[in-house]
Amino acid sequence: MLDAYPENRLALALLWAFSALVLAFLILPTIVVVPLSFSASDLLEFPPRAYSLRWYENFFGSATWMAALRTSITLGTLTALIAVPSALLACISMNRLGGKTAVTLQGILLTPSVTPGILLAIGLFIVLAVQHLVGTLFGVLVGHVVLAIPVACIVLLPALARFDWNQVQAARSLGASWARAIGGIIVPQLRISLLSAILMAFLTSLDESVISIFVASGQNSTLPKLMFLSLRDQIDPTIAAISTLWTAIVVIVVLFVTLRQKS
Amino acid sequence: MDPALAADARRERRFFLSLSLPALVIVGSAAILPILWIVRQSFLTTAGEYSVGNYEKVLSSGLTWSALLTTLELSIGTLAVCMLLGLPLALALASARPRVANLLMAFIMLPLWTSILVRTYGWLVLLRRDGLVNAVLTGSGLTTEPLPLVYNFTGTLIGMVHYMLPLFVLPVYAAMRDIDPNLTRAAASMGAGLGLAIRTVILPLSAGGIVSGSMIVFIYTLGFFITPAVLGGGKVNPISIRIERTLSTFQDWGAASVLGLLLLVLLALVGVTFWAARLLLTQNKLGVAHA
Repeated sequence: MLDAYPENRLALALLWAFSALVLAFLILPTIVVVPLSFSASDLLEFPPRAYSLRWYENFFGSATWMAALRTSITLGTLTALIAVPSALLACISMNRLGGKTAVTLQGILLTPSVTPGILLAIGLFIVLAVQHLVGTLFGVLVGHVVLAIPVACIVLLPALARFDWNQVQAARSLGASWARAIGGIIVPQLRISLLSAILMAFLTSLDESVISIFVASGQNSTLPKLMFLSLRDQIDPTIAAISTLWTAIVVIVVLFVTLRQKS
Repeated sequence: MDPALAADARRERRFFLSLSLPALVIVGSAAILPILWIVRQSFLTTAGEYSVGNYEKVLSSGLTWSALLTTLELSIGTLAVCMLLGLPLALALASARPRVANLLMAFIMLPLWTSILVRTYGWLVLLRRDGLVNAVLTGSGLTTEPLPLVYNFTGTLIGMVHYMLPLFVLPVYAAMRDIDPNLTRAAASMGAGLGLAIRTVILPLSAGGIVSGSMIVFIYTLGFFITPAVLGGGKVNPISIRIERTLSTFQDWGAASVLGLLLLVLLALVGVTFWAARLLLTQNKLGVAHA
């Protein structure tokens, strides 16, 4: 876009130098934890003087961290299993109904994504407290599913818009039930988008911290809640190890999703 | 239409509507009901009676107003720094070749997908008194004493800018990328310098993206909790932190609900402002088209 200004070499060089600094700012905190996670020292010295795997051993050897990891993975899986099917059905309904009805439905279903987490968290906390459900897995799960539904809808809506509905009508006119038509035609054709939606829903739950902080407790503390609590108390290098593993998983998932979508 | 066909069409519509039911029930009971419950709770005293006592208590407290001020300072500060850093970055990306731009997008997408706790931890490590940033600053002789960069407003702002910058850059970059390059070429051929072309061609044409990006920054930052809680070190207390303290330390559900509603009102005000800004933008565009 700026190719019309080849003579402003200095200005363009400055623009790029500045942008390079901003990009460095963006990835610095993610990168810096990687060498620290392999440090042999209790101190967060940079660069580490000696390397070891002790913080990884610390993480995998700790009953508390492992319980939190299990809780988070269970929650993520259940969240994806509940959020994606209900989002798929809702997207089919929005796709078919169209017009004002679809806009209204979309408005309602996307509300959680524009509501501050803290507001959902205290609302959910109070409602669950009245039902004596604070601290249960169920309470956190409900909160995570609500956040994952908009995420799944955002992935599935455009995919359904590209889907040729005539195929379903053909199947229906040949006698297929709705369940058969959805399960046998829509699901297989949208499988890549559905897989992306499942991964994104899982990540949404894995990454969610505010609702977990308010609603989860004790046995059902999630990984982010435990990380938050230990960040508030002291800077434990175990968190560097968790952070490194976490970033590696996210990079793999995101690469997978983007590469699959391109192909 | 044949009445039998019309009945069929109505039945099909009802069927499609029923497909949204599971999602609607979940969102209704776990997002919309809790927010309505906050409204109800805000009028309930700890004894369980209806009154406006919570409102009187919260709105007459100096802590509430200083929390409100801190919230606005953080949001406006984050937006200002995001513009300062994000507009040049988006411009550079939009003027790069597509292959280069796509590659550089990885630098923006990686933090976007990294857990907020991982990033907050990273900043804690970087900004501590004996952290990497202070080591570089004192080592290079730029400062003699380590600077207080974390457990205060500065640290919180750095963390929040880092969280919001990708979300701000994405819509701005998308808007700038869609500008017809012939327009800047035309500006150049008619003698406009680079600065003038940016001011009168590029920025006005990407205003839509800038407004979207700014709105996203506000929507997210008004309720930010993790970053001020960890990087603020107890000294930075926006509304979100007051809510948490009121709820967990004082167990005062009513007052916490009033604070939550205050946040909602703030959000609604921001929404209306941006809606008006967008309306003004489209009117301006029509004005240009008519001229």
